Amino acid sequence: MTQVNEIALPYDVEKVRADFPILHQQHHTGVPIIYLDNAASSQKPLKVIEAMDDYYRRYNANVHRGIHKLSEEATSAYEKARIKIKRFINAPSRREIIFTRGTTESINLVAQTWGRANLKTGDVVVSTVMEHHSNIVPWQILAAEKGFTIRYVPLLEDGTLDLDYLAQVLRDEPVKFVTVTHVSNVLGTINPIEVIVQQAHAAGALVLADGAQSVPHMPVDVQALGVDFFAFSGHKMVGPTGIGVLYGKRELLEAMPPWMGGGDMISQVRLEGSTWNDLPYKFEAGTPAIAEAIGLGYAVDYLTELGMDKIHAHEQAMTAYALERLSEVPGLTVYGPDAAQKGAVAAFKFGDIHAHDVAQMLDAEGIAVRAGHHCAMPLHDHLGANATARASFYLYNTPSEVDALIEALYKAKQAFSRQ
Amino acid sequence: MYDMYREVILDHAQHPRYPGVLNPADVDHEEHNPLCGDRLRLTLRLDENQRVMDLAWEGEGCAISQASASMLGEEIMGKTLDEIRHITKDDIFELVGVPLTINRVKCALLSLKTLIIGTSSLTEWQTIEDKDDE
Repeated sequence: MTQVNEIALPYDVEKVRADFPILHQQHHTGVPIIYLDNAASSQKPLKVIEAMDDYYRRYNANVHRGIHKLSEEATSAYEKARIKIKRFINAPSRREIIFTRGTTESINLVAQTWGRANLKTGDVVVSTVMEHHSNIVPWQILAAEKGFTIRYVPLLEDGTLDLDYLAQVLRDEPVKFVTVTHVSNVLGTINPIEVIVQQAHAAGALVLADGAQSVPHMPVDVQALGVDFFAFSGHKMVGPTGIGVLYGKRELLEAMPPWMGGGDMISQVRLEGSTWNDLPYKFEAGTPAIAEAIGLGYAVDYLTELGMDKIHAHEQAMTAYALERLSEVPGLTVYGPDAAQKGAVAAFKFGDIHAHDVAQMLDAEGIAVRAGHHCAMPLHDHLGANATARASFYLYNTPSEVDALIEALYKAKQAFSRQ
Repeated sequence: MYDMYREVILDHAQHPRYPGVLNPADVDHEEHNPLCGDRLRLTLRLDENQRVMDLAWEGEGCAISQASASMLGEEIMGKTLDEIRHITKDDIFELVGVPLTINRVKCALLSLKTLIIGTSSLTEWQTIEDKDDE
């Protein structure tokens, strides 16, 4: 079953793997770890781990407040991370980079500030059937309070969005806001954000794109996309957990009321009332995740050094190879578009074997995949599957890991057909 | 050890030039530094050519914030609003003339922030503040 593969990869993967300590330990069964759960969370290179360690060992202190040396150094490193991220996604200003806990918090921030201030009964918010729960539930919570309607763009047979439906809703209904994922975390579908933005803006609606599955994997330019808001997480892009980003157009952020109140987000606090700090601090109440922000800055350095174009090319080659090999396995169905239109993810159904059993048996072979609804229950309803198994790839995965996956799937099938 | 507290800084901080509040005034604007509680209010009188005829600072805060206001006041007396718009962060650092750490930069720039927002706009100030940062 093993296949000698000759696929051309844009960089030396073994050299990259050497940067990730976790990939070099033995799995509990004694086999090497094959980590194919990158859409859930990525592994971290030593550089990122050491940067956070260095902060705690050498200059741990609160930011923005202290006059002392440690605080100066911490503030400088924290703000440097913001500028790295600003450049990474080509935002016009560092003031448009707001640190949050992750994509989920970023989207909730927009719902609870822009949404709360601007949406009312009769308005329409457009989401899609393929969204992660984090881009559905915050809007449902707000809709229950404000009385606006949510429309969900359905999917076509090939797992892409029904853009005709979107055009129709934008034409016929008072749409104020469109919120859509850049890349589906299950189907891998890469959505045409530029096109969606053009149509939405022409109809007078704003657009938020969920970049949790795009920023780690491909070059992203928020100005070229034209989005009004863009959300992503650090931990999926070789950075730490607990840190993420909300990008928002400055004039929108300026006009939005703050969300969480507390320290650092204020200008003046009087018992009669308070005024707000400048951007981005208006939205960063309380002591932020300092080590994590610094770590994310180093993650961005790491990705930039390797090159987002090369990472994307590597993943495209990996995805094409994986889809080709998975298609050889009898009884296995991969969901979503073909490799050319797809991020590095393959969610599949394996005959009658439940996804949890597939994942369990792969784990016995040292292979980490995810099983379940991947926080996308409406999408699974649409697919008619209560759960899928999902293999997702990243910059350190190799074709031979795909081969190992295929081999393990055959083994699982054999075990299940014995009865 | 006390590089930041050169004699000239202490002199301006303890004996600020143009203290008080002008009433009436053509410009009356107050800004705060939320990080440490510095406060500055600037009142200005302009002639028909938009030239600064008279000014006054009122406020409280650290020696750096108050000294920079005093020094900036001397600098802008007799200047037009158009000339004022061309003052940069570096001009303030040069005026203050002492090494500043990152959190103290805010203190030193509070005077310029008050002046620019008071005579122009927040956007104008942010453009000045963000220059070279990104």
